[in-house]
Amino acid sequence: MNKVLIKGNEAIAQAAIEAGCKLFFGYPITPSTEVVEYLSKHLPKAGGTVVQGEDEVASINMCYGAAATGARVMTASSSPGFSLKQEGMSYLAAAELPVVVVNVNRAGPGLGGLGPAQSDYFQCTKGGGHGDYRLIVLAPSKGQELYDFTLEAFDLADKYRNPVLILADGFLGQMMEPIELKERKVVELPVKDWATTGCKGREKRKIASYALTNEVGEEHCLAWQKKFDSMREVEQRWEEFETADAEYLLVGYGTCGRIAKSVVLEARRQGIKLGLIRPITLWPFPEKGLAAFKNQVKGIITVELNAGQMIEDVKLAVECKMPVHLCSRQGGMLPSDNEILNFAAKTFGWSLKEGV
Amino acid sequence: MEQVFKRTAGLTELPFHYCPGCTHGIIHRLIGEVLAELDVIGDTVGVAPVGCAGFSLDFFSCDFVGAAHGRAQAVATGIKRALPDKLVFSYQGDGDIAAIGTAHAIHVAARGENITSIMVNNAVFGMTGGQMAPTTLLGQKTTTSPYGRDKALSGPPIDLPKTIATLEGAAYVAAVSVDSPKNIAAAKKAIKRAFEVQQQGLGFALVSVLSTCPTNWGLSPVDSLEWLRNNMMPIYQMGELKVPAEVTKA
Ligand SMILES: Cc1ncc(C[n+]2csc(CCOP(=O)(O)OP(=O)(O)O)c2C)c(N)n1
Ligand code: SF4
Repeated sequence: MNKVLIKGNEAIAQAAIEAGCKLFFGYPITPSTEVVEYLSKHLPKAGGTVVQGEDEVASINMCYGAAATGARVMTASSSPGFSLKQEGMSYLAAAELPVVVVNVNRAGPGLGGLGPAQSDYFQCTKGGGHGDYRLIVLAPSKGQELYDFTLEAFDLADKYRNPVLILADGFLGQMMEPIELKERKVVELPVKDWATTGCKGREKRKIASYALTNEVGEEHCLAWQKKFDSMREVEQRWEEFETADAEYLLVGYGTCGRIAKSVVLEARRQGIKLGLIRPITLWPFPEKGLAAFKNQVKGIITVELNAGQMIEDVKLAVECKMPVHLCSRQGGMLPSDNEILNFAAKTFGWSLKEGV
Repeated sequence: MEQVFKRTAGLTELPFHYCPGCTHGIIHRLIGEVLAELDVIGDTVGVAPVGCAGFSLDFFSCDFVGAAHGRAQAVATGIKRALPDKLVFSYQGDGDIAAIGTAHAIHVAARGENITSIMVNNAVFGMTGGQMAPTTLLGQKTTTSPYGRDKALSGPPIDLPKTIATLEGAAYVAAVSVDSPKNIAAAKKAIKRAFEVQQQGLGFALVSVLSTCPTNWGLSPVDSLEWLRNNMMPIYQMGELKVPAEVTKA
């Protein structure tokens, strides 16, 4: 077992190398910068190339070009930089190009702050760029998942010919944790018989995102939606923690999902039947995971580092069959486990024992 | 009957969609001929812009990728970095390369990115209906400069090749025109050199081609050529602005 102590951002970068990522295009921004720094140092040794673009717009469009050749490519940024990548995200989705994009969410809006936040949830899950497209959004909650999910993201991107997003936050990106470096599982993936590599010995190929005839345009849109529907059906992922007999649920992803586990344990110690659903894919949102509790629990609290964004998806998933409340911190602050437990007690009328 | 002229293998059979008299077609043909003569059709990936040339990906017989408005050179960078042994070129209007894409235009040159860019300068945004471009001449009327481009309001036109030529990473920079048979021959030579410079790995190559837009200029095709000669050629520095020593010797 090969265990190393590295920063979350470095775990992402190392996983990209293991996944066979050959090209990385980036532009530094805190708290994601270690991804471009680590790869600048290590990717060339692994036979790859790192180009520091003039900005995020260039970087994502460089990814577009490299992905068009069938190569495995990645870019990473943080909120303001991710905003600049939105034009490219829309084009990548429309041109059906597999690219892995990392957004280490910092606090926003505007230049905001450098601390952990989940304020890009809407932008990441609802398509921050123009048009009707979807991305698989993976939400790791610890170093090991940053590594494992990045490994898998490349396969998911190739499987669906679609950009895949890793959405972490400044806390996860900056924290050092022991991580087991695993080898990539070899999975069978479709052949890239669409890549533009020079047409010697075959018919010419072209990759474009446009159809200016409405009839053809609709055909494209329907084909994309069919693909997005299949992702929605197959790729919903979530973790359940103490849910079997749960009367109340916390729902939180990433860092919040992690903190929420301690809350559940403390509540259980106090005899309160609290459980946790931790979404792993934010799109497709784990509707199936939540729908199962529609008639089981009395109330839900979403724990978020924003003003309440995921809560909308939670309400939809449970069809508003029970009250859904928001426990949140913003601007780079994290809630403590006590803070969440006290909020839940107040909200649901639990009486807590001393010492909490 | 002996066939004395035929379509170059560098172009597909598809008829051009450009307006009658538009010189985009001549420039396409020159590039197609160069690709065929250098025997690189199978080893080339082109990048199409947004604008009238947005459909050029159907017209050239090599592999092609369609980019977002202004991003062709960033896309070309990605392709070239992934396939360093292939030839990669972008084909862009002046609006694409000198307005929305300026940052990329400067930085591919600054990096000495080993790609070739063809800039088609018709002094307007063609596709969107003849608005002012950074290349629009002072006093020139467009739909967004209806009283003529005003220096106080919009500044003088940008001579992009001249700017690019100042950057060390730019290996070859030329400004040519396709208004006459003589100039068309010179334009082809420059385009060929721009691809050869890439083949030799010398760095970034840019060829700006003065082109007409009869539709938006509101002139006949012949008058358009005359207008280009009388108004654009005196403003834009013409000829080979930068030639690497390796090429001069050859
Ligand atoms: C982001 C964005 N902004 C604006 C447009 C609209 N648009 C399409 S073509 C064009 C101008 C193209 O002009 P130029 O590059 O000079 O090419 P031409 O049509 O003259 O050949 C514009 C502004 C767009 N497609 N995308
Ligand atoms: S609008 Fe102008 S540039 Fe575009 S095809 Fe017509 S003449 Fe050519």
